Amino acid sequence: MKVNVLAFGIAKEILDGSSITADLNGRNSVNDLKLLLKEKFPGLKQLSTFRIALNGEFAMGNELMKESDEIAIIPPVSGG
Amino acid sequence: MNISIKISDKPLDIKSCIDWAMDPQCGGIDVFIGTVRSSTKQKKVVRLEFEAYEKMALSEMNRIATDIFKKFAIQKILIHHRTGVLQIGDVPVVIVIAAAHRDVAFDACRYAIDTLKETVPIWKKEVFEDGEEWVAAHP
Repeated sequence: MKVNVLAFGIAKEILDGSSITADLNGRNSVNDLKLLLKEKFPGLKQLSTFRIALNGEFAMGNELMKESDEIAIIPPVSGG
Repeated sequence: MNISIKISDKPLDIKSCIDWAMDPQCGGIDVFIGTVRSSTKQKKVVRLEFEAYEKMALSEMNRIATDIFKKFAIQKILIHHRTGVLQIGDVPVVIVIAAAHRDVAFDACRYAIDTLKETVPIWKKEVFEDGEEWVAAHP
């Protein structure tokens, strides 16, 4: 299953783009996606942390994703 | 309407924000204004760049507002955040709370900015004379 992942802030620089397509190879949980992203983009491992947002909500990790989900990498926030 | 949430790439209008919150039922208005500082960690800041995941930032800001109504006896809350390139002295965020009494206005305003800084998907990049850095990205 392929999912589209949006990138923001420093993640755009690490992924070299504002979004990428990730092939989940049957591992559809958010945690699986995080592992895949860290493997493909080792720069993500250097961040203090990063979260995944699923359809505009912070994901806990065990959620299973669908192709139609809006998925985003949320690096450490620094608004305000 | 007692909640005003906005993200804009235009300069924030602080006076309008305060005017919006004024209410005959409210004895106290507390205002937080975030500003762009000229230096951080001894390095001179040339400018800041703010980026938002707008859809989610708006929903998180709304969530903070409804949460504050549950926790504090306030009448009105405004949270406006600016995005794009900001210079020293510009204002990235304005929070206004109107309440019948000042105690809760102070507390709610503090809670609003503290929570915004933890949960709202907005990112700030500091641009220095000799480089740039996304705030809080690396340990």
